[in-house]
Amino acid sequence: MQKLVDIVAGVTNGSLKASAVVEEHLARIVARESEIHAFNLVTADQARTDAAKVDEDVKAGKKVGALAGVPIALKDNMCTRGVETTCSSKILQGWKPPYDATVVTKLRAAGAVIMGKTNLDEFAMGSSTENSAFGPTKNPHDVSRVPGGSSGGSAAAVSAGFAAASLGSDTGGSIRQPAALCGVVGVKPTYGVVSRYGLVAFASSLDQIGPFTSDVRDAATLLEVISGHDPMDSTSIPQPAPSLVSVLDHGVAGMRIGRVTDLPEGCEPDVLARLEAAFDALRSAGAIIVDIKLPSIQYCLTAYYLIAPAEASSNLARYDGVRYGNRVDAADLNSMYAATREAGFGEEVKRRIMLGTYALSAGYYDAYYGKALKVRRLISDDFAHAYEKTDVILTPTSPSVAFKFGSKTDNPLAMYLCDVFTIPTNLAGHPAMSVPFGTGADSMPVGVQVLATTLGEQAMFKVAAELERSL
Amino acid sequence: MAEKISKETVVKVSRLARLSLTTEETERMTAQLAGMLEHFRDIDALDLASVEPMTQPYPLKNVLRKDVELPSLDRDEVLDQAPAAESGRFRVPPTIGFDV
Amino acid sequence: MSEVAALPNGWQLIVGLEVHVELATKTKMFSASANRFGDEPNTNIDPVTLGLPGALPVLNQHAIELAIRIGLALNCKVQPCTFHRKNYFYPDLPKAYQITQYDHPLNIDGHLMLPGDVRIGIERAHLEEDTGKSTHFGGSSGRIHGSDYSLIDFNRAGVPLVEIVSRPDIRTSEQARQYVGELRSILLAVGASDAKMEEGSMRCDVNVSVHKLGTPFGTRCEIKNVNSIRSVGRAIDYEARRQVDVIEGGGTIRQETRHWDDATGRTETLRTKEDADDYRYFLEPDLVPLVPDQSWIDAVRAALPVLPAARRQALAELCGVDKDGESAFVVVERGQDDYVSAVVAAGGDPRRAVVYVQQAFAEQSATPKVPAKDLAALTILERDAKVTSTQAKTLLTDLIEAGGGDVSAMATKRGFEALDKSAVEAMVDAAIAAEPGAWQKYCNGEEKALGALVGAVMKSSKGKADGKVITALLQAKRT
Ligand SMILES: [Mg+2]
Ligand SMILES: [Zn+2]
Repeated sequence: MQKLVDIVAGVTNGSLKASAVVEEHLARIVARESEIHAFNLVTADQARTDAAKVDEDVKAGKKVGALAGVPIALKDNMCTRGVETTCSSKILQGWKPPYDATVVTKLRAAGAVIMGKTNLDEFAMGSSTENSAFGPTKNPHDVSRVPGGSSGGSAAAVSAGFAAASLGSDTGGSIRQPAALCGVVGVKPTYGVVSRYGLVAFASSLDQIGPFTSDVRDAATLLEVISGHDPMDSTSIPQPAPSLVSVLDHGVAGMRIGRVTDLPEGCEPDVLARLEAAFDALRSAGAIIVDIKLPSIQYCLTAYYLIAPAEASSNLARYDGVRYGNRVDAADLNSMYAATREAGFGEEVKRRIMLGTYALSAGYYDAYYGKALKVRRLISDDFAHAYEKTDVILTPTSPSVAFKFGSKTDNPLAMYLCDVFTIPTNLAGHPAMSVPFGTGADSMPVGVQVLATTLGEQAMFKVAAELERSL
Repeated sequence: MAEKISKETVVKVSRLARLSLTTEETERMTAQLAGMLEHFRDIDALDLASVEPMTQPYPLKNVLRKDVELPSLDRDEVLDQAPAAESGRFRVPPTIGFDV
Repeated sequence: MSEVAALPNGWQLIVGLEVHVELATKTKMFSASANRFGDEPNTNIDPVTLGLPGALPVLNQHAIELAIRIGLALNCKVQPCTFHRKNYFYPDLPKAYQITQYDHPLNIDGHLMLPGDVRIGIERAHLEEDTGKSTHFGGSSGRIHGSDYSLIDFNRAGVPLVEIVSRPDIRTSEQARQYVGELRSILLAVGASDAKMEEGSMRCDVNVSVHKLGTPFGTRCEIKNVNSIRSVGRAIDYEARRQVDVIEGGGTIRQETRHWDDATGRTETLRTKEDADDYRYFLEPDLVPLVPDQSWIDAVRAALPVLPAARRQALAELCGVDKDGESAFVVVERGQDDYVSAVVAAGGDPRRAVVYVQQAFAEQSATPKVPAKDLAALTILERDAKVTSTQAKTLLTDLIEAGGGDVSAMATKRGFEALDKSAVEAMVDAAIAAEPGAWQKYCNGEEKALGALVGAVMKSSKGKADGKVITALLQAKRT
């Protein structure tokens, strides 16, 4: 499969036609999409037009962008002007936003070719993409298994070669966990590094957009393009995009790699074995492994499943059948609201709206939401202490390899446990990425997660690159 | 922490959230929420009295914008996406029985 | 102003006001969409205004600055603050939450002074966003209840508001009216808002309760839709009387929101406390704290104009009038106090200057067309009895019509030659001689006999003698 960086190099020097690259990817989509269902919408015509434009520019000797001709898929919760954006929800089905998300504007300016909108758990709530109103996405490595979620479509699209790269969003692991399960690289940047403007909000203080690619260098290249300060997002960090590609060959000699000694239980042995192999590889490359403790990490799930639904209950209140999206008609306003939302939202979304509304409501705020915010502080403090002793931390990305469809759908809590290793960094606002690191049970991919402190992307990418080299 | 969540509370919360849950949904939701809230009791043991709540991951302040006007969205393009519109405005059912 | 009968049986009125003002910015509180009244529906909209999925708010610096001006003008403490979401469903509320300030508002603990040195505490003046506008159609009355459907215009959604919450320090409906009037003058003076109640850029919610002295305040009712200063007074008077009648009739006051109907002059239940929403306030995660630094606050303070109360005080001292009186109030309201000062500086008579301006300059701007030196000349002509006060009024009209000019020449042209005091005295003596009966009555203390004598002098002078001068001469001769 073609690397993003090779496509850019070829297209830019004229040895490769963007149009040919797009056709190759469209051909793979034609061959396997009906089986995988990575996309909610493939924008083939627009992709062909955009690719032709890139080829014209190259021919005319015009300067082309850092992603010239790269076919990229977008999670269907990022606004694209005039192109349906559904969040895999019936309530938004058919909605064509009148504006582009900042990341979309940046991708277009860099010459990327957008292939379409990928499937997700409805409103990004889930860990298997089974919560999509339009049917699940299948794992390209084994279609009887989930691709992970919520950005399952974006992970599968890269894994199946439908796009050279894709974007996902990560609120509690929604990029990293599907990346691990589909055997691709997935990055959640520091909160505030990539603009959230135009990303349909799930939990505003946790959401972050990031890339899926087939290798670490591609991820660094794409992240450099989409990051940087955006005045349209008040939580955007006022700093230029980090330089990442430049550090990939630096090696890890002398770097301190944290091993969490009080990691939550429940991780499959095959996954733990790959984690050990990762520590060995880094040690061999000259890194120093240090033991650290994160005592509050055991409370992460509680804090997350109170904070995220609380914010979501407010963020999703706007789907009321008045200004956009779908309405179920009724004789009076309140009945219209209730009927619209009852019919428009799936079960998991309703469950989280209920949980979040309850956690914020009068008489319960202090006991639930208020307490969760304090636990969030404890977790953040734990990390702060740990990063006094280490440069990065290594954990599994997911407790297991991709599981079979339906195996966790009856028990919400079992599903929530999929995110036990990814949630802590969202709460702290730190960067983390999943790197494919061999296979586990049934030859399914296993990911290792590299965590770093706020704006520690360079250290994280150095280690990720070393892990990749060691394979 | 609060007592076990009741069906009445679930009904009240569903009204606040404008969700018209079916009887069966209400029952299932009550059981599921109770299960989750039971699990969330793990933080009850923590002494959080002196802990500052953390609301945002990155400490920014005074993010301001100049008072400069930009063009409006096109009204027709926007109303085209609305479930119901009339005379340049969004149309909604009457507020009968609504606690305004 | 009409006096309303005090409440019976020792009942006391307690009033607090919540006033919403739209700020005079070019754009909205959280987006670059225009803040403009009167445009075609839904033509000032953007993703933030409509609460489109993915849209994010960014604070308008100028809105903050105007809010700080309001805070400083109301003697508030300006402090670090945060924004919360107030969650409720309503079709004119696009996100289904209003971004507002909750436990840490921008301005706290201020006050405003009313005539008679009455101090009304200001609890807070916080920032928030306005809603869109619903219009109800069909049904019997076009009102909310019983309509067939509603249409929503979001032009107003997201317009920056400051909500100014008074302490319950107001004791009469007259004070409430004065409070709103004074607040409006201050908002206009600092340029924070156009404060037009008729266009809704200034809106009052009135909290009314009653109690007897020495007992706790009663349950309060909040009255909405009070759209003019006059209605503020009427609504309070009606509501206070209603509450007293309910209590004296053996009933109790329920905490509720009531609607003022200007046509019927009554308040009606809008919603009761029991069905009030649970707003689920929480910190707005899409915004970061606002921490106005001292240098910013100082710069805003330094740029503040002199406020109406101080200007009335200065004008009153300059002209020898009452600071809470009509002329000081009206002249400062029109911003013509600097002009009066200029007239005085040009040698004009201070008291006449302020009265002329109050009475004749209603149609003029803060900088009237008549040059200050010309108005000064007129006040001197009248003060020195070169023209009568009636003649002075005519000349004032001439002066305004001509946009200034040589007042003496105008007087001559009108034939308003001054009669000197000796000429008037001769005429007075002649009148006493001609009307002995009247003179005798006047000397016996019948003041009304004065009219005949003054009239006689006026007649013989052909109106050129000043009535005040004639009266003074007659009084002097009587003793
Ligand atoms: Mg209020
Ligand atoms: Zn308000």
